[in-house]
Parts: sequence; structure tokens; C-alpha cells
Amino acid sequence: MELYNEKLEAEFQSKIDSGQNIEAKDWMPEKYRKTHIRQISQHAHSEIIGMLPEGNWITRAPSLKRKITLLAKVQDEGGHGLYLYSAAETLGISRAELNEQLNSGRAKYSSIFNYPAVTWADMGAVGWLVDGAAIMNQVMLTRTSYGPYARAMVRICKEESFHQRQGYEIMLTLSKGTEVQKRMAQDALNRWWWPSLMMFGPRDEESVHTEQAMKWKIKLKSNDELRQQFVDQTVPQAELLGLTIPDPKLKWNAERGHYDFGDIDWEEFKRVVAGKGPCSYERLKTRNEAWDKGAWVREAAMAFAEKQQEKSLKEAS
Amino acid sequence: MNKDWPLWEVFIRSKSGLDHRHCGSLHAADAKMAIENARDVYTRRQEGVSIWVVPSSQITASDPEASGELFEPALDKVYRHPTFYDLPDALKHM
Repeated sequence: MELYNEKLEAEFQSKIDSGQNIEAKDWMPEKYRKTHIRQISQHAHSEIIGMLPEGNWITRAPSLKRKITLLAKVQDEGGHGLYLYSAAETLGISRAELNEQLNSGRAKYSSIFNYPAVTWADMGAVGWLVDGAAIMNQVMLTRTSYGPYARAMVRICKEESFHQRQGYEIMLTLSKGTEVQKRMAQDALNRWWWPSLMMFGPRDEESVHTEQAMKWKIKLKSNDELRQQFVDQTVPQAELLGLTIPDPKLKWNAERGHYDFGDIDWEEFKRVVAGKGPCSYERLKTRNEAWDKGAWVREAAMAFAEKQQEKSLKEAS
Repeated sequence: MNKDWPLWEVFIRSKSGLDHRHCGSLHAADAKMAIENARDVYTRRQEGVSIWVVPSSQITASDPEASGELFEPALDKVYRHPTFYDLPDALKHM
């Protein structure tokens, strides 16, 4: 048995090395399956929880245009959650289990959503920075080895670009507006900058999953590589807005061809990942309320469908 | 733990003249709801003009571990391809 598994595992690895995708019914090591269930479902949960900070602002958007675009963005996030849950389900976990893991607080989701969105400018900063950081990760994942995950990512990436652009446009409008509006934009950048950098995860030397994830092509770039790429592309975007990135150590390094930047507060990172973020409790509470309040609708729809089916069977006989 | 709605596979025709193509799956109580959900989940940007939904439980798939034997008969039949035939360059329109 062990020999058999070794042979399968070698074949599996060579398939990945030669750039082939792994599909749902293909043989895969148990650890590959579990890692994917964990990663894809965390990603799905992040989309679902990610709807909450923005959902709060739909009714308070400053114009009809902003309201319909924010609504469309939040709807996309719901859709992205669904693509990803479906991809996770191909690995043999049920939707009910996935929901239970999220609602009970056992599953993780991106810590960024445990920060509050306190002003309208936060809708701009979230779209620009948070979606921007997510896109870097997601573009990489369109080439990940697990077929259903990679395909979900292709669809998601096509849609995400609008999210980032609408966020940047909000920032642009505010930063060209009154002094108060400009201050509001700067304040949002100040609060979202560091948490956005934390989205790429711990430093490479402390990232426990990186090596195996690279071998299996779950990940194609390391956390630090992606973080650097994000800083490099975002600094000029901030300059265009006339806003200042809240990092006194931020400086172009001609020798490296990259921006140097200051130290991330890893204590804060650990605290928020451990569920002690400013909104951790509230997010999970809102999610559970929505789930519980919708229970009767889900049950009624199923009861109706079963009744209709019985009826049509009776008519046929 | 709640019972899940059944799982459906979704196929979308992106424009008339093209085949329906598998694009993913979703849960719905019945076929009508599956079509409506597919519209919201998979065609928010005019990606389709027609939707098929099929209960996932109704799909029979070939076994990937038996792919070798299953597809082997086509392996040595290169003569089924036009390039197998060695013809002079002077020959036109063929």
C-alpha cells in the first residue's frame, strides 16, 4: 500500500511539474486535498465576510451612481464566494460543513475584514488597496495547479478589476475635492495601508506553508514577493492622488529597483488573525444572524420543491 | 447542521451559434431556482444567452484512473489526421 501511494505521489508530482492541472476526480495526496479545502474555503469565507463592511455603506452612499456601483461590487463578492464554495465542494466537503465552519468561528477568513469601515472614504481605500492586494494574489492563483480553483480565479479576476477601479475613482474624487474630503481620503489611506500589507501574510521565513505550497503550485510567488510587488505598483498610484503613504521609511531603492518600506507591526497582525480584531466579534455575529434569519426561507423553498415533485410524480402515474 | 439544497451543474451558451459550455455549479431547491440562481451567479455581465442546469447527481463521468485504456484506441491512429498523407507541394487546394 505504501509503495503504491509512493508511486501515485511521484506521478502526481510529475504531472504538476509538467504544468498539468489536477482535476476533481484525479488521484491526489490527502494533504493536497486538505490544504486546498482549507485555502479555497478561507478564500470563499473572505468574500462572504468581505460583503459586510461595504454592505454597511450601501444605504449611505453619497450618490445614486456610487450606490449602484457599490451594490454591484458587493453582489460580485457574493458571487465570488459561491464560485469558490463550489470549487471547494469538488474536493468532497459539503456546503453545510463549510457554512458551519465559518459560522462557528472555526474557519479563518482574511483578517482585513475585521477592521472597521468608518467613513465613506473607506469604500475608496478598500476598493483601491484591499481589492488591489487581493488581485495580486488572485492573478497568481489563476495558474494554480487545482483546475476548479484556477478556473474560479479566472472568472474572479475578470470581475475584480472593476472593484479596484471604482475604489480608486472614489479616492480620486475625494482627493480633488474640498480640504475636508482630501483629509478624509488621507485618513482612510492611513488606516488601510498597513493592514493591506499584512494581507500577504507573514514574512517568508515565518510562513509555515510556503515551501509545500510552492512545490504543489498552490502558490507561485512568496508572500514577500507579492507584498513588494504591491508596494511598487501602489506608491505611484498614491502620488497621482496627491496622498502620502503613512510610512516614513518608504523610499525608492535604485539598486534593488524596488521601494524599501518600513516594518509591519506583526504583533497587530497576530492579534487580528487570532480573532481579536476591532470587528471580529461583530462580523461573525452579523453573519450568523443573516444565516439564522434565512433558515426558514431555505427550508420553505426545499419543502415547496419536494411537494411539487411529488405532485408531478402523482400526475404521471 | 442544515441540509443542503441539491447541487446543479450549470452550462452557458455565451452567444447563439456556440455550444453550451460547463461553467460551474450551484445549489438550488429545484430546476427553476437553479436557472434563476445561475443567471445571477454566472451571467451578471451578459455572459450568456441560454442556460442549461443538470442535477450533478445525474452526471456520469469517466474514471480518470482508467483514462489510459479508455483513450488508448485513438493513440496509434495517426492516419486519421490529414498530415499523415505525404503529398507534393505543387498540389493546391487540398
